[in-house]
Amino acid sequence: MGIVQIIAVIIILLLLVKPLGTYLFYVFSNEPNRTDRIFGWFERGIFKLGGFKRLEGMSWKKYAISFLTTNIVLVAVGYLILRLQGGLPLNPNGIGELEQTLSFNTVISFITNTNLQHYSGETGLSYFSQMAVITMLMFTSAASGFSVAVAFVRGITGRKTLGNFFQDFVKAHTRVFLPLALLVTLILVALQVPQTLQPTLEVSTLEGQTQQIAIGPVASLESIKHLGTNGGGFMGVNSAHPFENPSPLTNVIEILSMWMLPASLPYMYGLFAKNKRQGWGIFSAMMILFVLLLSLNFYAESKGNPAINAMGIDASQGSMEGKEVRFGIPQSSLFTTVTTAATTGSVNNMHDTQTPLGQITPLSLMMLNNVFGGKGVGLINMLMYAILAVFLCGLMVGRTPEFLGRKIEAREMKLIAIAILIHPLIILAPTALSFLTDSGQGSISNPGFHGLTQVLYEYTSSAANNGSGFEGLADNNTFWNMMTGLVMLLGRYVSMVAMLAVAGSLLRKQPVPETIGTFRTDNGLFTGILIGTVLIIGALTFLPVIVLGPIAEYLTLR
Amino acid sequence: MSTVQKKRLLSGPIIRSAIKDSFLKLNPISLIKNPVMFVVELGTIMVLLMVLAPGYFGAEDSVGFNITVFIILLVTVLFANFAEALAEGRGKAQADTLKKTKQDITANKLVGDGMKTVASSELRKGDIVIVSQGELIPGDGEVIEGLASVDESAITGESAPVIKEAGGDFNSVTGGTRVVSDQIKVRITSDPGESFLDRMISLVEGAKRQKTPNEIALNTLLISLTIIFLIVVVTLRPISSYLGVELDIPVLIALLVCLIPTTIGGLLSAIGIAGMDRVTQFNVLAMSGKAVEAAGDINTMILDKTGTITFGNRMASEFIPVGKGTEKEVAVWAAISSLKDETPEGRSVIELIKKLGYSYDSGLETDGEFIEFRAETRMSGLDLKDGRKVRKGAVDSVKRWVLSQGGEIPGNLDKASNEIAGKGGTPLAVAVDHQIYGLIYLKDTVKPGMKERFDELRKMGIKTIMCTGDNPLTAATIAAEAGVDSYIAESTPENKIEVIRREQKEGKLVAMTGDGTNDAPALAQADVGLAMNSGTSAAKEAANMVDLDSDPSKIIEVVAIGKQLLMTRGALTTFSIANDIAKYFAIIPAMFTLAIPEMDLLNVMGLSSPSSAIISALIFNAIIIPLLIPLAMRGVSYKPMSSVKLLRRNIFVYGLGGIVVPFLGIKVIDLIVSLWI
Repeated sequence: MGIVQIIAVIIILLLLVKPLGTYLFYVFSNEPNRTDRIFGWFERGIFKLGGFKRLEGMSWKKYAISFLTTNIVLVAVGYLILRLQGGLPLNPNGIGELEQTLSFNTVISFITNTNLQHYSGETGLSYFSQMAVITMLMFTSAASGFSVAVAFVRGITGRKTLGNFFQDFVKAHTRVFLPLALLVTLILVALQVPQTLQPTLEVSTLEGQTQQIAIGPVASLESIKHLGTNGGGFMGVNSAHPFENPSPLTNVIEILSMWMLPASLPYMYGLFAKNKRQGWGIFSAMMILFVLLLSLNFYAESKGNPAINAMGIDASQGSMEGKEVRFGIPQSSLFTTVTTAATTGSVNNMHDTQTPLGQITPLSLMMLNNVFGGKGVGLINMLMYAILAVFLCGLMVGRTPEFLGRKIEAREMKLIAIAILIHPLIILAPTALSFLTDSGQGSISNPGFHGLTQVLYEYTSSAANNGSGFEGLADNNTFWNMMTGLVMLLGRYVSMVAMLAVAGSLLRKQPVPETIGTFRTDNGLFTGILIGTVLIIGALTFLPVIVLGPIAEYLTLR
Repeated sequence: MSTVQKKRLLSGPIIRSAIKDSFLKLNPISLIKNPVMFVVELGTIMVLLMVLAPGYFGAEDSVGFNITVFIILLVTVLFANFAEALAEGRGKAQADTLKKTKQDITANKLVGDGMKTVASSELRKGDIVIVSQGELIPGDGEVIEGLASVDESAITGESAPVIKEAGGDFNSVTGGTRVVSDQIKVRITSDPGESFLDRMISLVEGAKRQKTPNEIALNTLLISLTIIFLIVVVTLRPISSYLGVELDIPVLIALLVCLIPTTIGGLLSAIGIAGMDRVTQFNVLAMSGKAVEAAGDINTMILDKTGTITFGNRMASEFIPVGKGTEKEVAVWAAISSLKDETPEGRSVIELIKKLGYSYDSGLETDGEFIEFRAETRMSGLDLKDGRKVRKGAVDSVKRWVLSQGGEIPGNLDKASNEIAGKGGTPLAVAVDHQIYGLIYLKDTVKPGMKERFDELRKMGIKTIMCTGDNPLTAATIAAEAGVDSYIAESTPENKIEVIRREQKEGKLVAMTGDGTNDAPALAQADVGLAMNSGTSAAKEAANMVDLDSDPSKIIEVVAIGKQLLMTRGALTTFSIANDIAKYFAIIPAMFTLAIPEMDLLNVMGLSSPSSAIISALIFNAIIIPLLIPLAMRGVSYKPMSSVKLLRRNIFVYGLGGIVVPFLGIKVIDLIVSLWI
């Protein structure tokens, strides 16, 4: 039965891809269409307010600068609010200001769409901060990522320009995230997720003791948390909390909310490329990798923990440690896989207590960071691997490698080199550094192979802008706040700017007409080559640490 | 091309000098140009230090292992150097033969009215020299007076002398070639050190070899892979030491060397040099590696009809009587008019009449006066001693000639001549005094095998455009017969540039051949311009390749060589990177098994011991380089086919092969190595 639950969700997703991808194409192709009548007047108002007279196409540099400047302004606003929240309104629980490095870590975490949480929402943030910083950044960071992805797609598919950042940014809000978030919020509220500005409830239990029950504007945060692949929970335990994710039905809704937009982007890309098969090729590569890693996690979790099994405890339910009974193995396994594939980072079960082999799934997905991936970034990364695959194998048809009719030359390779270098660098170097320092080693709660996985997971999650916590790591201190803050910044902006530059450079090239001698990127063979490239270049890099972490733990636990 | 000139892939002296060079290339300053191998060399030096001063590094226990690692690493670098030296060596050998031609030659320079004997190295652009029978031409130049036959075998390898004469497209001569008959006056067109021969020597020597754009891009990728694996290996030590697994530096270096793309890193420049070399062996001189690679990318090929697609010399294929003439009369008079005509057309008339079995009175020739073909008259023929005048030539000219003598034009002449033109042939009218007897049907014959080659080009995705000065009807017939994709009739050199620009505007790369001065702009505009060695120096300057055999259809092979070069590079890159999987499975369990015995489960190859596993992986990594040298030099086999088929085949051989081969190779090496360890 477990597998049926998983397959049902995947089928619903497959049904959503085409309509949603088509809708996204209409939104971002900037050609007049029916959606203008619904949203146009509102957007025009915003543009007028912002003082934009004409929305001209931008060069890659202008696009990147607009994107970065917008993000910097948002970070500054967010930081100030967190530091001053004690004196700001909507603070019924009287929560004080957030510590400096924690504030730094938190705003970086949310502007980079990571949502790594070193704070605990119930006790650390006022309602105002939750709404004006956390929820606001959840929208804007997702919209930023989306805009960059669309600009990248425009560049490699040879549109006139990369587009206008502000136009994309506003449209991503008005036509994608706001309406969808409204819809999902209403559904969640109907399914018993709290949405209130009341202070924390204080109730007397049957035993006569008092208990604090945290509530607040949960449903609204929950919807954008998943739609924007953000992942930062209202509560410390995230979507495992019964108020964030009360039932299997809300669980499915949350899974689909975070999965459907990244999964529709390849289809949108296919429409931009005027060749749907291109889009399906990329989608298939993502889906195949997804299913492989989901199977690994589901298999490992179903088999249970060998140490507990050895004690003679019934293992028929699988390894339930750290999982919610209302979700069981299939819904937990699928949630884990989707949340790390789409780099959301919300959790409905504790990844720290998953079986060693099961942990390989979330780790690998974040290390690859291209299996669907976060808002836009996943598509960019997968397309980057596609360009890499074309470059490596394209020569084998006896022509200078071309992708979508544009030659891949030294300039593109240099920029891609930066992007493929930065990811292992910001995962492995800080991991090594943490083991070399006392402040790093001191936070590990579970020494040995598992401790290695804890540290590795923390940086991988930061670098991939995923934000899921492995938990178990005492990470709210200056060392971890600063280190992960830097990793998140580099992980987000370096590759995004590099890839925008690639798009700008490809856009300037004279397209080469397709002939029978052209390397095709829209067939099954290419999907296979793409998967091979992702595995050999993307995954093999991390094999030694995976072997030392989860695999060693698995082998010694058997 | 002469097959004698083709050298065997490997010969004794070349190998000997390559071995010497591979040691000289160990010099870090020269090796830094190849960053992948430079990293290997640094690793080698580090292991060497540990061997020399084990106490300092605390490596007393593993001196034997370290020595082995050192030797294998050193050999790895040497193998890579050897591959490059070997490829260069073949070019050098060829350059040496050329240099012999370039001894200092004395020249007879014209100074004022007199002549002065100077050394050829003193000649400057614009000087005028006289070269007589048996002398070497002192420098590149243009014949400005006279006609001579010149032996160009030193450059082309072709022993039959060629005719060079002032004016026209056959006036350019190359320094170092020998005048076999007559005497010519030559204006020197190049300064010392810049001559064709000089350029040729520096090209084959590889001295001025610059990395092509594609090589630069691939190098970027190889460097970034090297850095990635450097990060992996450097961070592995602190990470594993947290677990109490202490990794020795030589083991980490071994892992690094196995993971970085040494195979392609070692062979990359050899592939490039060998690709250029293959073009040279083919008697085509490419001015840069870039041009050869561009040839692989060609989308459109512009070919001259005459000489490339057809033989150019039109052959008589039929005699057609008009008016009161009979076929026999036409044949006989045509033959008589051609008795002294040494042009291919003339000879073909004699051949045809023999084939048809008509006889004629060859005595008529005696004392007759041969009238040569001239551009103004466009006729040739014979004035017989009995006063009769026999003429054959362009129909219009013959008509005018007959009318001027008061003759009449047969009514069906125009119809018959149009019929011939309609079929793509050229009609020649045959007349005696005031009577036109009939027509000779001259047919331009398509070279055998051209249709198949155009089919191949189509399979490669290359469009062919035929350019011809013929009228549209003739052009269409030949185009259909040869199977080209399109044609331009009545084309002028300006047309060619237009076509090239139009195609380039669509993003296509264009190749063309040419030899005349008026081809030069188009040759320069084309992405790949192949000039004929027999052509003018302007054409050769403008082109980026020169065919020493002057065979324009060779452009097709040049494209294949360009594609083969790119494919070889791609295939070996894919192979090299795919190899990493097996190497990981050899080294990772070996590194950790001592500290974590359960890791032996990952030892899927069942390698006998950790140290033998590491050494086997290293040995495999080293010997794969020399094993692949023949492939790198020869290039992967290439048959024209669609890209999908080609890719499927190459992915199967080099991608899957790259995954499987090292598993087998390392296992086999381990079986042997384990006998000692």
